Amino acid sequence: MPIHEKSLIRPENLHVHEELEIDGVDVSGHWSTFIGSRVVTDYNEDLEEEIAALPGGEHIHRCWQCGSCTNSCTVYAVNEDFNPRYWIYLIRIGMEEELLRDGDIIWQCVSCNKCTYACPRDVAPEGVMKATAHWLELKGHRPKSPSILFDEVFSEQVFATGKIEEGRIVRDFFRRTSQPLVQEWLVEMVRRMVRHLPLKQLMTMGWFTILRPRTRGWGRARAAIAEHVAEEEARRRAALGLVDKATE
Amino acid sequence: MAQKYQKVAYYPGCALEGSGHAYDRSTRALGKALGLDLVEVKNWNCCGAMEVKNVDPKLQTYLSSRVMSIAAKEMGFDAVMAPCNGCYHNLKKAEYDLADDQESRDVVGKLSEAAGHAAYQAGNLETIHALDWIKEAIGEDGLGERVKNSLKGLRVANYYGCMYTRPRHIFPEKDQGAGSESTSQPHFMDDLLAAAGAVNVDYPLKTACCGGAHTLSDSDISTKLVLNLLQTAEAAGAEVIATECPTCHTGLEMHQVRAEKMLGVKTTVKVLYFTQLLGLALGLKPRKVGVHENISDSIGFLKEKGLA
Repeated sequence: MPIHEKSLIRPENLHVHEELEIDGVDVSGHWSTFIGSRVVTDYNEDLEEEIAALPGGEHIHRCWQCGSCTNSCTVYAVNEDFNPRYWIYLIRIGMEEELLRDGDIIWQCVSCNKCTYACPRDVAPEGVMKATAHWLELKGHRPKSPSILFDEVFSEQVFATGKIEEGRIVRDFFRRTSQPLVQEWLVEMVRRMVRHLPLKQLMTMGWFTILRPRTRGWGRARAAIAEHVAEEEARRRAALGLVDKATE
Repeated sequence: MAQKYQKVAYYPGCALEGSGHAYDRSTRALGKALGLDLVEVKNWNCCGAMEVKNVDPKLQTYLSSRVMSIAAKEMGFDAVMAPCNGCYHNLKKAEYDLADDQESRDVVGKLSEAAGHAAYQAGNLETIHALDWIKEAIGEDGLGERVKNSLKGLRVANYYGCMYTRPRHIFPEKDQGAGSESTSQPHFMDDLLAAAGAVNVDYPLKTACCGGAHTLSDSDISTKLVLNLLQTAEAAGAEVIATECPTCHTGLEMHQVRAEKMLGVKTTVKVLYFTQLLGLALGLKPRKVGVHENISDSIGFLKEKGLA
């Protein structure tokens, strides 16, 4: 699939004059589009290092811009603004402000790993997408995306009990994203799911929801994981130059 | 006659206790019918699925390593079978990381000690998928001999999904020439279903993505991706999509309903686990392989085909 390249010229800087005469020369119309000048002064020289300090971003420096990632990307096929190669380029040259303009879609990476499969330089672009999504949120540029909220709901359950219970995940996630549980398609799906189930199995499913599946003797693992999470969070914040209020 | 994997540790994982219960039921029924021993990993935990790695990849490695530690060190197995693509993928990924990366070994060592169990070391255990299990332990010929109720030319699109083949480096045994699985054109499921009498249609989206990671957090994209999978299968002449992953399977079923309700696009192709199809071919009743637990209603269809 051909890659639609984004221009670094912003649309609002393209000026077309319907009627304009300069020094007696008619320069009206599209043939003489003017480009407003722009001086980029807001480079973040640390951007590549910041992304590389977050899990998944470690190998971003290897990229040589071949475009195999974007070419193979599942999300790009649905939305041409989703362009991993372009974002890796912006990160490497430090154009933070340009990157922020796509900040609302970077989280949409579905982790299919086609990019990582195709990449000849082992950049692991899937990891770079996750690192960049985290970076946007840690730096306060974006609110937590639905994807991160789902990851958190899920991980909290695993860390707490060793296992998950799907019904609880769905309920917690919908609550945290303020979505109604009663949506026509969801109701229809549940109806189709249970229509052939014998009563005994339905009751077992009900008990499962109430009792919650759990790994026995998980307490020590839970404590060790919590400690690791806290250490890792502090490391990431330090790497991005974010000073905790508590330690300030 | 292949003798490998006659008795393996079995790691069902969380999905197979919930939305993917039909896959658990059919996998166990298949093992029983074929005389293969599955011993469930004791007191297992979640492998981290597709979510924990986004919070911290090292924790996913630890979670998967704990499962492997129990199977290898407490139960003494040399192979663990995971039917779920997510579990299979994560165990493979942990195996790769622990062989390759000192930092991963350090984190797993530290957490295992704190949690009070032996740390898993790379090489202690082999992780296999349910496809490897049947393919190696029984093989196509062995399966063909045991078929009691042939799938009789049932037209099937084989859907493998993302996690079974990507990224390539965590599957060192794949792409090793004749007999091995291919990461670009996987064929193990095709081989087994053909041995059971199915006709595999030419399906170009075997390893395309169903959007499973964002099935609830970005439902519109998932619905688009799934609809593409369903419509392409129908265009290829398939009556059934055979699956090998509970996330893909539930995603296909869920977004088939969602596409119908939200976009008004109805598709009729059925969705069944490959273990369900193999079980039916071995003469098991639909209930034994959990057909009644699927969202996609194929009971009438299977009766029509003489398979129920």
